Amino acid sequence: MSGAPIGIVRFPGTNCDQDVFDAVAATDGARAVWLWHKETDLAGVRGIVLAGGFSYGDYLRAGAIARFSPIMERVIRFAEAGGPVLGICNGFQILTEAGLLPGALMRNARLSFVCREQWLRIDSDDTAFTRHFQRGQLVRFPVAHGEGNYVADEETLDRLEGEGRVVFRYVDETGAATAVANPNGSARNIAGIAGERRNVVGLMPHPDRAMSLLVGSDDGRGVFRGLAEAAA
Amino acid sequence: MTVTLPDTPVTTEVVAAHGIRPDEYERIVELLEREPNFTELGVFSLMWSEHCGYKYSRAWLSEFPSGGPQVVQGPGENAGAVDVGEGLAVVFKMESHNHPSAIEPYQGAATGVGGILRDVFTMGARPIAMLDSLRFGSLDDPHVRYLFRHVVRGVGDYGNCVGVPTVGGEVVFDDAYEGNPLVNAMCVGLLRHEDLMRGTAAGPGNAVYVLGASTGRDGIHGASKLASTELSGDSAESRPTVQIGDPFTEKLLLEATLELIASAAAIGVQDMGAAGLTSSSSEMAARAGTGIEIDVGLVPRREPGMTPYEVLLSESQERMLVVARPDQEEALLAIADKWDLPCTRVGSVTSDHLWRIVEDGEEVCRIPVAALVEEVPRYVREVSEPPYLADVQAREPGPQTVASVDPMGALEALLSASTIASKRWVWEQYDHHVQTNTILGPGRAHAALLRIPGTRRGLAITTDGNGRYAYCDPRRGGSLAVVEAARNLACVGALPLGVTDCLNFGNPEKDAVYYQFVEAVRGIAEACRAFEAPVVSGNVSFYNESPAAAIYPTPTIGMVGLLEDLEDRPRGGGAAGDSVVLLGSDGTHLGAGSFLAEVLQVVAGRPPAVDLAAERRHADLVRMLVREGRAALAHDIGDGGLAVAAAELCFALPAELGIEVELPREDGCHGAMFGEDGARYLLLVPAGELAGLHDVLTASGAPWRVAGRVTDRGLVSFAGIGERSRAELQGRWETVIEERMETMEEER
Repeated sequence: MSGAPIGIVRFPGTNCDQDVFDAVAATDGARAVWLWHKETDLAGVRGIVLAGGFSYGDYLRAGAIARFSPIMERVIRFAEAGGPVLGICNGFQILTEAGLLPGALMRNARLSFVCREQWLRIDSDDTAFTRHFQRGQLVRFPVAHGEGNYVADEETLDRLEGEGRVVFRYVDETGAATAVANPNGSARNIAGIAGERRNVVGLMPHPDRAMSLLVGSDDGRGVFRGLAEAAA
Repeated sequence: MTVTLPDTPVTTEVVAAHGIRPDEYERIVELLEREPNFTELGVFSLMWSEHCGYKYSRAWLSEFPSGGPQVVQGPGENAGAVDVGEGLAVVFKMESHNHPSAIEPYQGAATGVGGILRDVFTMGARPIAMLDSLRFGSLDDPHVRYLFRHVVRGVGDYGNCVGVPTVGGEVVFDDAYEGNPLVNAMCVGLLRHEDLMRGTAAGPGNAVYVLGASTGRDGIHGASKLASTELSGDSAESRPTVQIGDPFTEKLLLEATLELIASAAAIGVQDMGAAGLTSSSSEMAARAGTGIEIDVGLVPRREPGMTPYEVLLSESQERMLVVARPDQEEALLAIADKWDLPCTRVGSVTSDHLWRIVEDGEEVCRIPVAALVEEVPRYVREVSEPPYLADVQAREPGPQTVASVDPMGALEALLSASTIASKRWVWEQYDHHVQTNTILGPGRAHAALLRIPGTRRGLAITTDGNGRYAYCDPRRGGSLAVVEAARNLACVGALPLGVTDCLNFGNPEKDAVYYQFVEAVRGIAEACRAFEAPVVSGNVSFYNESPAAAIYPTPTIGMVGLLEDLEDRPRGGGAAGDSVVLLGSDGTHLGAGSFLAEVLQVVAGRPPAVDLAAERRHADLVRMLVREGRAALAHDIGDGGLAVAAAELCFALPAELGIEVELPREDGCHGAMFGEDGARYLLLVPAGELAGLHDVLTASGAPWRVAGRVTDRGLVSFAGIGERSRAELQGRWETVIEERMETMEEER
């Protein structure tokens, strides 16, 4: 086992943990390591992924309780020190609850869970996780969530756009960010954003479910390749 | 509220209120060699109910084939299991949650999913797929829309949270289910052979633990009252007997259970499902040939003041009964603690063959285990064909009525009928990707295709059943459910390995229903033999009746099959110039079919005769052609006949393409377009493969013809009959359910 150790945090109720573990394990230069929510030590990992699922059942608000778990204190410090942190789906929700990313994720506009193949446009290649993509490139990751409707005040949205921190946007197959292509009503079709230092990225779609053409897309590989390099 | 104190006198009225017949009561007295006390009476009412004891059905279920070289676990356990190679087995079962869903659709459906998940992971298997077979009344009815919306949400919320993909299933709409919807859920799990865990309470002296949620008053009498009587106008009052699901606790229970099985800390594990502590403890003792003693005073409770009766009969969800390995109790408790789950010792295994319940040192129940589990009454009776059958079968509309229908209009009507239309509105609410093994998910084929994790192998899964067929001819209906499942597997290149069934019927005490049941079981058994697909698990759901009438007899079949190499899966694609080949004869048979039901609005005639030998031959042929890539896609011809199959095949092609079909003749085209005759498939054959295919099919002796071709005009056309824009047909087919659900006001 060689490669940079990448920690995958398991909260009670995380259910994409194995998918992310497999995605990391399939990436050259990366080694997958479990991080249990009760731990207070990051075991020397050099990158962190918060996987999707329903941490603590999402019973208060998606991600609201996970944010107070022992491991999250360490994750926050790791991020503040510049370490690469990726939050997928419920992981994105936790990152906003923890204050590592601005805005919040509300119930989908149509009020029901949505699971489908989704076209995304890479709107920033200036993050560890998107350096292997070109700006404007279209990729396909599945979405599967009930609370993915990204909201923030206009000022925050303008700043995210202005600073190039909108990383992924919901688009149709031609690359147009239309209302029809938006699965959940997110402001400005935002699917994923970066923190100010661009080491923290959260997105609702699942690159971990796009690792092989057998399951429909392998566009997610670039995300994990970027993570492995940032953690090296 | 009902009095449940242990010293309540057992009067004739109390016995009758428990649904126990006088002769059954006499038998109980004989077995106990005394009168039962009130708590014991409640226990017998559960264990001898149809839901737990299968008293009307068990004698007939033995007609099913249940063996075969691939069978790892046959009927009698929490779920069945078949070998899939490389040291792996799949564990699977289907179960109904019909009455709870009729009364409280969200929780009823959610806890149905929870229960079937536990049946699978209690055996040590990690659940890798869920499927749902649903039946509702017509979407024109606002209450039906309410039920449909909340059942779908309940299924989705539970499975999505636990992280098991819902990869397939079926939804049928018919007035016959208006007052009594059907919610059948199937779960498939994966394990290594050596990890198979059984629900046994072996080893006298071993400690018995309750792992998971605490016990409340929910679900008391769910199995005996709700599941084993007909629905009536008062059924809404039974809402408290519907359990409440907590998928978050289920996920913790899943991980903890798999971890404790892998660590060998447990000797036996069983879900505390229907009839809760009572059935799990007595069944585990029965399987091991032991006894069991439980102190109900030790069972963690949600509320104070619960009587032993209530603790024993509670159906609170997300609980497991675990028999610990003697020196491993510490390990068991450590695993429970890791997952923040309560785990409490409540009793021990004994050698006296008694099911003993004590509370604070006082004996509450003392019943021989065999009396509860093996001595369940079995009712078998001879019944003759009910008169309705001859009426229905004779009522078929005449040829002139049929010929007067505009065929292209009929095709449009069929494609926008809720039963045939795309179920996208449903499956987009289900996470069908999690665990990243979904190769062909919902909407892609009539069977789901999954990668078996860690291998190159594919597992195909389908659920099928046609209640209208079974109503018009129960025996053919039973066979055709199996045959349809086998056809769907063949179309994705898979060989059937095993079957689970969910037998949904009305009140078996009525002769007509009993006849339907017995005949359907025979039909299923015959078809399973023909496909060498043993029935390894299943469930019977009787009493599916509302004040209006009984439902259609609805046997639902869940079938799993194997594709050894995923490289051999259907290639898909399609280009102008590809051929469309009809394998099987041209259709003629409209009886009991979708054309009559959806277009002429009559339920009449007999379903098509079943030629099992031809079904098997053609399924084998299709599987081979798909695997070899000679057929890029295969679509069986079922509901709505050749015309619907051709349209659906067309919808799977790249967006700009169309399809052109030739019929054997232009006059009297209805049978050829809409007939549902068996053993028939449409194959998409790439231009370069046609010559080779010609040789293979001619050598096979099966009837076949080139029935059409793929065109670059975006039309679905039938030569000499008419044509329609593919985009318009497809758009309507894809959105008709969504439009009905999103634009109409919801009411209760």
